[in-house]
Amino acid sequence: MTGGGAGPTLVLVVAVGVLVASGVSLLLERSLTRILLGVILLSNGVNLLILLSGRSGAAPVVGAAPGGTLSDALPQAMVLTAIVITFGFTAFLLAVSYRSWYLTGDDEVPDDIEDRQIVRQAERNEVTTADLGGEGPDADPEQVDPEPPRRRPRRGDGPG
Amino acid sequence: MLVLLILHLLAALVAPLLVRWWGPRACYPLALAPAAAFGWALARTPAVDDGGAVVETYPWIGQLGLELALRLTTLSWLMTLLVGGVGALVLVYSAHYFRRESRGVARFAAVLVAFAGAMLGLVLADDLLLIYVCWELTTIFSYLLIGHSTERRSSRWAAAQALTVTTFGGLAMLVGFLMLGGHAGSYRWSAITAAELPGGAYLVTAVVLILVGALSKSALLPFNSWLPVAMAAPTPVSAYLHAAAMVKAGVYLIGLLAPVLATVGPWRPVVVVTGLATMLLGGWAALRQTDLKLLLAYGTVSQLGLLVVVVGAGTPDAALAGAAMLLAHALFKAALFLVVGIIDHGAGTRDLRELSGLGRRAPLLAAVALLAAASMAGLPPLVGFVAKEAVLAAFTDQPVVLAVLVAGTALTVAYSARFCWGAFATRAGVEPTTVGRIAAPMLVPPALLAGVGLVAGPAAGILDGLFRPYAELFGEVGKDLALWHGLTPALGLSALAVAGGAAVHALRGPLTPVLARLRSPVSGNQGYEWVTRRFDRLAIEVTGATQRGSLPQYLGTILLALVVVSGGAMLAARPWRHRIALWDTPLQVVVVAVIAVAAVLAVGARRRLTAMLLVGMTGYGSAMLFVLYGAPDLALTQFLVETATIAVFVLVLRRLPERFSARPLRRSRWVRRAIGVSVGAVTAGLALAAAGARRDPTISDAFPQLAVSEGYGRNVVNVTLVDIRAWDTMGELAVLVVAATGVASLVFERSRTGPRPQRPEPPTRAQRPGRPVWLRGGATLHERHRSIVLEVVTRLIFHTVIVVSLFLLFSGHNAPGGGFAGGLVASLGLAVRYLAGGRYELAEAAPIGAGTVLGAGLAVSVGTGVVALLAGGSVLQSARIDLSLPVLGEFYLVTSLFFDIGVYLVVVGLVLDILRSLGTEVDRHIEAAGRSGGGLVVDKRGSP
Repeated sequence: MTGGGAGPTLVLVVAVGVLVASGVSLLLERSLTRILLGVILLSNGVNLLILLSGRSGAAPVVGAAPGGTLSDALPQAMVLTAIVITFGFTAFLLAVSYRSWYLTGDDEVPDDIEDRQIVRQAERNEVTTADLGGEGPDADPEQVDPEPPRRRPRRGDGPG
Repeated sequence: MLVLLILHLLAALVAPLLVRWWGPRACYPLALAPAAAFGWALARTPAVDDGGAVVETYPWIGQLGLELALRLTTLSWLMTLLVGGVGALVLVYSAHYFRRESRGVARFAAVLVAFAGAMLGLVLADDLLLIYVCWELTTIFSYLLIGHSTERRSSRWAAAQALTVTTFGGLAMLVGFLMLGGHAGSYRWSAITAAELPGGAYLVTAVVLILVGALSKSALLPFNSWLPVAMAAPTPVSAYLHAAAMVKAGVYLIGLLAPVLATVGPWRPVVVVTGLATMLLGGWAALRQTDLKLLLAYGTVSQLGLLVVVVGAGTPDAALAGAAMLLAHALFKAALFLVVGIIDHGAGTRDLRELSGLGRRAPLLAAVALLAAASMAGLPPLVGFVAKEAVLAAFTDQPVVLAVLVAGTALTVAYSARFCWGAFATRAGVEPTTVGRIAAPMLVPPALLAGVGLVAGPAAGILDGLFRPYAELFGEVGKDLALWHGLTPALGLSALAVAGGAAVHALRGPLTPVLARLRSPVSGNQGYEWVTRRFDRLAIEVTGATQRGSLPQYLGTILLALVVVSGGAMLAARPWRHRIALWDTPLQVVVVAVIAVAAVLAVGARRRLTAMLLVGMTGYGSAMLFVLYGAPDLALTQFLVETATIAVFVLVLRRLPERFSARPLRRSRWVRRAIGVSVGAVTAGLALAAAGARRDPTISDAFPQLAVSEGYGRNVVNVTLVDIRAWDTMGELAVLVVAATGVASLVFERSRTGPRPQRPEPPTRAQRPGRPVWLRGGATLHERHRSIVLEVVTRLIFHTVIVVSLFLLFSGHNAPGGGFAGGLVASLGLAVRYLAGGRYELAEAAPIGAGTVLGAGLAVSVGTGVVALLAGGSVLQSARIDLSLPVLGEFYLVTSLFFDIGVYLVVVGLVLDILRSLGTEVDRHIEAAGRSGGGLVVDKRGSP
């Protein structure tokens, strides 16, 4: 609580950097617990970053210090909100990891199965059959222009 | 006019109900809606036959300058008559076409009436955007109608194809409309015609885009393939949508725009070439068909080509002929479709190879069909003849076009003959077809349509007078509509076409192999299929390339984008220019060192508990930094939250494995850390850059003064939360409630509002009289899990903790504290009760549902805002109430205190919910797993 008007200091900037760096490293893991810890580290860093946008000074209580020396209250109010929201988020992610453990015995985040399926289809140059509504109008002989059976490209992995 | 549209909407809404009561017969009352449109248009005839217009406008979307502008002119008058008249007749017909037990009649009736309304809106709209809206509505309703037989794959395919093709065209058209309207400054067509047109490529692009829309809707080349496929629809739908109404929308649009746009460069070539090609190909393909309905469908494609050429030609004579052709085509084609429907309905087939002798067994039906087909072939004295004469006469000065028209007309004659021969001739070796008794209401509509065609021919003079105002939009009209013009070239060409058509029909035997072989090498269906397949492939390739399914990969991509984009901006700002102090106090250095070490160690930690404690250390360190920075409120909240977080973490970690699973991917670890370090560096750089970026004084300079004068409090942060920026806090409360609900729903298998755990045995006091009971729930714990010291301490401090929390709540307005801090303190008190005495103790401490507390908190906060509003202030405005009590003396109350009480309650509710879920409920899971011998099995009955 030094004199009013001072901005961020280099050590605080370093603290922001270290917290964010560690948070991101954990965030890129696959264990939900680690991801959650990464989120907490990250939010500690970002909270500090937001706080640094206002000046430091005496506690922002009117009358406790001369008017010009108060620290900036606006980022503080924002960060206060952020802290509590992070708490709610933490609880939620913890419940998710518990649920994950409860269902699979683990809290790892696996790859999305449907995404992997599309990747496989792309590698095999296939098309999903469902999108085209099936076999096309030729399936019903009454509905089409009668013509000699023409060679139609077979679609993907149809049934049979 | 709006009344008519609303009438259709209401009819569509009550249609399912009526069908439930009366079955398909409900179509009779529903036919009243289109019939009303028909009658209304008929009554407005005097208003439009002298070139006038009936105009109605209603405000719609004021901000966009959009209004419901409806305008009835000659062309829309004609279309209204067709849409209303044919619509009513088709509904009457449908009342008998469907059987009582048919499925989907309710949907059919509702959608058909809605379609009639949309079509009506389309032809009455004066605003281009309104036209577009109705246009797409007809597309959607036609999708539902074509796909009537939802269980048939071909039906669904046909519906999807029609939807895809016409929507594609519709989107192109929309862009064209926007270009036109954007240039003219108005979307009212009547205003655009008056405005100066844009020039050059801009106009050309707009015109081509609009034509794409019109041509796709009217099934012209290269969009023609959807119409024959759409014959999967029930026959009434084909008669209405694919003969009289929807496919005419494109023709109508071309006819509407032609007076102004026909002179634009590409208009005539596009319209004439595609129209003529479609006419020839459609007519040729119709000769090949053995399904009567498909024959008619290809015939329709052919005729639409003709209509587009005539209506789009942009000359007065052609316009007059086009209007007559529009009328004639709707009359004969709808009638013929309905006839096919009767045959299909009665005989169970519409394949001309299986039909025989129908002409003799159903003479009335045959007469109706012959009359309509003769009109289609252009035989006198029917209206089709009048229209065809006028068409040929209008193009006498363009020999090439005329030659193609004559050839196309000959084909029309040929397939008209083929239709009559196919449907009614007697074939050797084929069993005579029986159709049974034809219900009169089914025969009357086609008979009426064919009859009008017969009457309208001799009455060509009247039609001439009615259609002339439209033709005069293009200039002086030279020719007129008449049954007999004398021996004109047109008459000769007409005779030539009839003779040619008859010859083609007579030679049908030898021509069969030619017909089968001579066809376009690529059918429209193949083209459509090719395009949709390509799109699917593209989508899969793009999705497969970008969406690999791995969360770390996605996050890594996002973060790298942050590094590149924000990092670049950061470097451009050259943050190192700013000279900032190394530290405010040396204490900062110590705290930051601790934080940094803890954070780095947390990254590498193998045990969950260790990692969590290290992260917690950074949290407490942050709180220290907050203190040093001059933010005591933050520090208080951070300390409390960090403690609560650790408590919640421990609740979950007791279930999770002690260590993180071994990670074999050592290489990717360095990638992760590299990304982490770069993001950290960029963020730090941004912090530096932001420090020197301020140019204007901060708005919060006024906050201290505002806090005292408006918020009646001295703690600026708290006043900011509950008054100056109270809306933010309100949003946050909502988030907390959602988070609490989410936690509970993830852990509870059933509703969390069930009975709270009750102690299974009577109070322990009865068991051991004389000894004090510190916590009543303590006795329910296993001896090994009990700590008497903790119980004693909890008993001693709990009430103090609650008092402190209330003190923080009430004093927060003027000193560090407030609802968040107070609520967190109270929550920690509850957490301690739970940790010391188990879940029954928690129920003793808070004998009330977490949901109730959350709801009450939210209600109190919102209520404070509402009360302020009711009291005449703005939402969440604070007021000061001065009170005087005997003992306490003078004091005052600020209304935002109640808002803070809401905050307090929500925070307590959140933690209570977490304790109930991750504490109490997980306890039950553990006990259930213990009873069943370990594993994940849980007692589903939920008794505690």
